[in-house]
Amino acid sequence: MKYADLLLANLFRKKLRLTLTIGSFAVALMLFGFLAVVREAFAGGVAIAGADRLVVINRTSIIQPLPLSYMDKISRIQGVKGVTHANWFGGVYQDERNFFAQFAIEPTSWKEMYPEFKIPDEQWNNFLKDRQGAIAGAATAKRFGWKVGDRIPIKGTFLPGVWEFNLDGIYQGTRAADDETQFWFQWDLFEEKVPERYKGNVGWYTVRVTNPDFSAQVAKAIDAEFANSPYETRTDTEKAFAAGWVKQFGNIEFLILTIGAVVFFTLLLVTGNTMATSVRERTGELAVLKAVGYSDTFVLMLVLIESLVIAGVGGVIGLLLAKGFTLLGDPTHGMLPFFFLPAKAMVVGLIAAMLVGIASGIVPAVGAMRLRVVNALRRV
Amino acid sequence: MVRVDGSGTSSLIKVRGLDKKYYRGGEEIHVLQELNLDVDAGDFVAFMGPSGSGKTTLLNLLGGLDVPSAGSISVAGDEITSMSRSSLTEWRARHVGFIFQMYNLIPVLTAFQNVELPLLLTRLSKSQRRQHVETALNVVGLGDRMHHYPRQLSGGQEQRVTIARAIVSDPTFLLCDEPTGDLDRKSADEIMHLILTLVKQYKKTVLMVTHDPVVAQRADVTLHLEKGVLVEGSLERVMSGGAQ
Repeated sequence: MKYADLLLANLFRKKLRLTLTIGSFAVALMLFGFLAVVREAFAGGVAIAGADRLVVINRTSIIQPLPLSYMDKISRIQGVKGVTHANWFGGVYQDERNFFAQFAIEPTSWKEMYPEFKIPDEQWNNFLKDRQGAIAGAATAKRFGWKVGDRIPIKGTFLPGVWEFNLDGIYQGTRAADDETQFWFQWDLFEEKVPERYKGNVGWYTVRVTNPDFSAQVAKAIDAEFANSPYETRTDTEKAFAAGWVKQFGNIEFLILTIGAVVFFTLLLVTGNTMATSVRERTGELAVLKAVGYSDTFVLMLVLIESLVIAGVGGVIGLLLAKGFTLLGDPTHGMLPFFFLPAKAMVVGLIAAMLVGIASGIVPAVGAMRLRVVNALRRV
Repeated sequence: MVRVDGSGTSSLIKVRGLDKKYYRGGEEIHVLQELNLDVDAGDFVAFMGPSGSGKTTLLNLLGGLDVPSAGSISVAGDEITSMSRSSLTEWRARHVGFIFQMYNLIPVLTAFQNVELPLLLTRLSKSQRRQHVETALNVVGLGDRMHHYPRQLSGGQEQRVTIARAIVSDPTFLLCDEPTGDLDRKSADEIMHLILTLVKQYKKTVLMVTHDPVVAQRADVTLHLEKGVLVEGSLERVMSGGAQ
């Protein structure tokens, strides 16, 4: 790289300006990283949703129940490999701000349905034997400082009273985007304690299909099975269900894209101005380079590469800062189902930074390329 | 031998019917008119003339930095007026060494790096480039200043670096635009002594624009440009208006 000295010398010509420009990129990319974390927290579940799982809810709304008797009927439908059910509990721990999802689950079928959640065998066996037992996700356990053996009081909201649970185990996801905030307890206990009008009902079913290619047909068959009954069903793939769930919070994707676009556009203006100033200051030098035999293309590339190096270095710093921040732990203390910056988002961020680098450098670079030596030297 | 009548046949630099017009504010400015020039290898030619007479324009045309409105320029058999912009750039790298009045060094590069610039375009290895650069800097007497930045050098030393940069790739000829214009008399004398050394000792062909009669006097031949026309004559004749 025989031109490295020239490139580096130009880059470090104004150290304060270089630092500020790289800093602009770093701050912008760090913000991008945070936005990506939030986006992932909302949409990541959609991306990793099981391709072979369907969710069956009441056709009217997810808050309307389905009969427990549907379990056998669903399991007999062709293409269904397994079924489990769960109920939403909706309680609060100590304070209403301490929100996390609590599900009353049927343990055996639930564990088979969600192999991505890992629990030590001993803890799981204790849970199976403990009618008041509960399993918490690692994020929630960390958020509240719970450890196995703790007594956890959860106050019901739509169900009366304070429910006491024994924390028998803590599960962990096997993938970065797995939700580690859930809290599970025995459906039998739930069924026993709920008022009479709620008995014999479940919140939703999760179905595993034998072949994901036929998910649509199986979903149709399930809904057809219960058509014209008092409890009609709506069956979707887990992915569609997760996407619908995210939509309840508003168009998060649009919001994040809008903020991101504004940030990058501002960055483009700042960097574009910096590069233009930098090239304008060097008009005479660029003319000399051309005079001694450097081609127009070389001069174009010299300016563009400078811009790209600034964008790349700033981008990498910003993304690493964002990544480092996520590694320090979840500042929302488990409010988000997961808190991490995926590698894919970092690559996208770096590409975006490089594109801004090219866009901000291209105008001054073309100007430098078109520079006429005679005119430039006359100005010096 | 330098001729302005177009009679040269085997000259290194051959200019025929060179015309250059500018348009400024809708007005045509005829800077050079039907100019002929022949310069042989090893000649040292000074161009003099009042401001706006076209001296720098002629130098730019000879160096392939500008294109004429009409006429031709050939250097060592290369017809440069018919070359494309990119070919002309490559040609400049091989054949022309530029020495500017304002030095035009790159301030963020050391003397060594400035001189090395033209060599980066060649296929020379790093050690070969180093050898060439050190030789050039030694020729101009700055062997002990090669790692200094331009701001750490005097004006005369900066101009020496410019000269080293101009000669490092051993070009066919050197073009000097007011090389002493920004220097005090002592430094100017030193620079002219250096240029003369290049001509006498290293057989370089030098074409120089200057306003300074004392500087022009050091050249083999002084040509006078006025109203776009080139005339040959001794300094005394040029100064007294007796050139033909």
